[in-house]
Amino acid sequence: MGYRAKFRVWRGNANTGALTSYEVDVNEGEVVLDVIHRIQATEAPDLAVRWNCKAGKCGSCSAEVNGIPKLMCMTRMNTFNPEDVVTVSPMRAFPVIRDLVTDVSYNYKKAQEVPVFEGPKDLAPGEYRMQQEDVARSQEFRKCIECFLCQNTCHVIRDHEENKKVFSGPRFLMRIAELDMHPLDTTDRKHMAQDDHGLGYCNITKCCTEVCPEHIKITDNALIPMKERVVDVKYDPVRWLGSTIKRRTS
Amino acid sequence: MERHSYDVVIIGAGGAGMRAAIEAREAGLSVALVSKSMFGKAHTVMAEGGIAAAMANMNSNDGWQVHFRDTMRGSKFHNNWRMAQLHAQESPMRVWELETYGALFDRTKEGKISQRNFGGHEYPRLAHVGDRTGLELIRTLQQRIVGLQQKDKKEFGEYEAKLRVFQECTITELMKDDSGVIAGAFGYWRETGDPIVFDAAAVVLATGGLGKSFKVTSNSWEGTGDGVGLALRAGGTLIDMEFVQFHPTGMVWPLSVKGILVTESVRGEGGVLTNSEGRRFMFDYIPDVFRDKYADTEAEADGWYTDPDNNRRPPELLPRDEVARAINSEVKAGRGSPHGGVFLDVSKRLDAETIKRRLPAMYHQFKELADVDITKEPMEVGPTCHYVMGGIEVEPETTATVGVPGLFAAGEVAAGMHGANRLGGNSLSDLLVFGKRAGAGAAAYINSLSTRPKLSDAAVKIAEQKTFAPLANGGNENPYTIHQELQQVMNDLVGIIRIGTELQDALTKLAELKVRMGKVGVAGGKEYNPGWHLVLDLENMHLVSTSIAKSAITREESRGGHTRDDFQEMDPKWRNKNVACFMADGDVQVKLKDLPMLPADLAALFEQSELKKYLSEEEYAQLPKEVA
Ligand SMILES: Cc1cc2nc3c(=O)[nH]c(=O)nc-3n(C[C@H](O)[C@H](O)[C@H](O)COP(=O)(O)OP(=O)(O)OC[C@H]3O[C@@H](n4cnc5c(N)ncnc54)[C@H](O)[C@@H]3O)c2cc1C
Ligand code: SF4
Ligand code: SF4
Ligand code: FES
Repeated sequence: MGYRAKFRVWRGNANTGALTSYEVDVNEGEVVLDVIHRIQATEAPDLAVRWNCKAGKCGSCSAEVNGIPKLMCMTRMNTFNPEDVVTVSPMRAFPVIRDLVTDVSYNYKKAQEVPVFEGPKDLAPGEYRMQQEDVARSQEFRKCIECFLCQNTCHVIRDHEENKKVFSGPRFLMRIAELDMHPLDTTDRKHMAQDDHGLGYCNITKCCTEVCPEHIKITDNALIPMKERVVDVKYDPVRWLGSTIKRRTS
Repeated sequence: MERHSYDVVIIGAGGAGMRAAIEAREAGLSVALVSKSMFGKAHTVMAEGGIAAAMANMNSNDGWQVHFRDTMRGSKFHNNWRMAQLHAQESPMRVWELETYGALFDRTKEGKISQRNFGGHEYPRLAHVGDRTGLELIRTLQQRIVGLQQKDKKEFGEYEAKLRVFQECTITELMKDDSGVIAGAFGYWRETGDPIVFDAAAVVLATGGLGKSFKVTSNSWEGTGDGVGLALRAGGTLIDMEFVQFHPTGMVWPLSVKGILVTESVRGEGGVLTNSEGRRFMFDYIPDVFRDKYADTEAEADGWYTDPDNNRRPPELLPRDEVARAINSEVKAGRGSPHGGVFLDVSKRLDAETIKRRLPAMYHQFKELADVDITKEPMEVGPTCHYVMGGIEVEPETTATVGVPGLFAAGEVAAGMHGANRLGGNSLSDLLVFGKRAGAGAAAYINSLSTRPKLSDAAVKIAEQKTFAPLANGGNENPYTIHQELQQVMNDLVGIIRIGTELQDALTKLAELKVRMGKVGVAGGKEYNPGWHLVLDLENMHLVSTSIAKSAITREESRGGHTRDDFQEMDPKWRNKNVACFMADGDVQVKLKDLPMLPADLAALFEQSELKKYLSEEEYAQLPKEVA
């Protein structure tokens, strides 16, 4: 059942680094993060890696496994052949701090720039009434665990550091969509995504959607509807209906 | 050395710390919010089932009194009644507040917050979002904090003018001034290993749990009990450390995910526990104190899901300590599942679509980590160390710690609210209720000070030396090995079922490990070095483990999360006794303290026959006539 796997792990810091080879035991049912931890416990006690929940819930353990952006805790070892070399490297779109740990502060900055939810002033706590079908759309986006894999993948910033200034990335464009679709949000967000957060840079390649571990349909359900809305709010009857029935109280 | 000055430093950015930060900032304080992991990743994010609050959205008979009663029963009448009362009264407003911050809970048909059933709660009471309630809570509070920063930016020109998050920053020591009041905290940045000093008039500990002292646990690496260690070293008192909650249902297979939680909602939604013989064994384990509340036939238990007014609830929904012990007994008796657990099946009661909608995270988790499709087959589950009821002793109203002026504690690190056993869902509400109170308590304390405490250079120097010593001592013990051995000791000798002799063995082994801890070596430098971090955490885990073992030896009875094979009965004489831990002569010491007596008006919420089961004869005799 168990076998010795060949791993190559990127080791280094902001200035230099290289892939280092390890041979490690692998047991049935293990995930990449288990193997990284075993390397840490046996061969490289100072190997830097982020993780918290080990169950795909916190979004800490993002990295690139054989070049594909993934959560290490949700990547099963049985998806590889025992003879394959498994290469683990840090997310490419963010500056490396050490080994597999990157500086993701870009994301926290962008989060700070999205105006937060503003509820109706005349409703006290306990008086909010919303229907399940009206909250469901925003709930999909609130499944986001902020792993930033979509941010890491989107070509607008992956290969263009300079775009980070003007482009908030799929995660935070989706946050605007989430608030826009919140049945009780009172802030006018019609032009926010386009004017302040660079929605125009997105050319709907859907790469972000493909890597999302929460399987959120980022492009189809958040980005495209927002683009349509920006192009012409009036001509979209569904949207129009959506905005007029925003406040439903019972 | 990097140095900052804030009114209050909050250590921990889980639900409790974030709620405290919001309250403190709204009270006008400048706030530092410090966390070991990144912002929004704290353990709270993993909570699944829901937040308990008697909003009475599903059943109008619910109310704070009923919630209070359930909490007291769950805790085996061993909690601080005032905390349980405040919690039951204030949790609905704390949940509603979250909606005003933007939270989107699942809804009822009338558009209110939907509430689900959970073990030990008389009515459906848990506000939830599928099975990712903790994520919703964390994100909502995180976004509220961003909202406050946006306000500050408008007023002061900078987001972080008055409320700053220090992420991946670990606090290693609390510092006091010459008169013994809190004056600040010392820590290091995980990324760079550089030291950081906070001058502060008050500190709130919100560091969460301590499951990492056990081998099988649902807790993340952060659960090393740092707050417990910090408080002990600063002169605080711990109570109830023997009460550790083993959640009945953790994953047991594959090994690498052993301990990861399977939410209680699976049972709340109709999941059934069976042994290898196919028997619904929970019917065999209904304790006398609960016999009138739980169904004794499968027909009645099944009927409860659709008609709760005319059927008693299924025994699968007994409080967690009962279910965990039952599973433990079944496995020991040879009636376990192939990988040493029992079976939990929801596929027979709900159709596949409903399961995916109500339990999406569980569906996902089993599919991706264990190749099990829970819509078609049963899960294998077994007990996992999940939560600690014990912790820092605090004043109920303000969360001020007993014995250390200027130090406050809220959330899982604090004790008193849950007594001998916590009900599911009562933790998230606890974080909100007492997190808010901690923020307010710190603000009131600071306003009452005539001068600000001054941090001495000497205190900083001591903390610095201690924190950086492991990097230089060049020993040859591996911290990872010591950690594994510590976890094994706790699992084998201080686990679900305890015996006096084994507890003594545990203490002997812990003493040996202590000696070896003095000889650990750390490879590499101070930049993001998990080996060094583990050495620092080990000291706290060792204090935690010693406190648990010593408290467990002291309590010669079985109650809630503490089961002694050599003292199997619950003994009313022990009900109002807290085992308290404190530091003296360089080691953890224990003493007994009395719990405050339930006042007459709250005692009147219970049937006298029920009170009789818990109170000692003398206590019962002391109750006013109209109650007893
Ligand atoms: C899998 C799982 C599911 C759960 N489900 C539920 C549920 O459905 N309902 C419910 O009520 N409860 C549930 N619980 C329990 C509940 O989630 C926890 O008790 C609660 O989240 C603890 O919150 P907290 O704010 O006290 O601490 P945590 O959320 O644990 O946060 C602790 C914080 O302290 C920081 N910290 C710790 N030490 C230091 C240090 N030395 N320096 C700096 N920062 C430090 C950490 O980085 C972190 O930010 C669940 C628990 C688990 C494990
Ligand atoms: S769909 Fe848009 S946001 Fe997503 S990866 Fe493509 S360009 Fe980036
Ligand atoms: S949207 Fe998906 S990929 Fe992007 S941060 Fe959230 S969970 Fe990760
Ligand atoms: S460790 Fe939390 S998502 Fe991987």
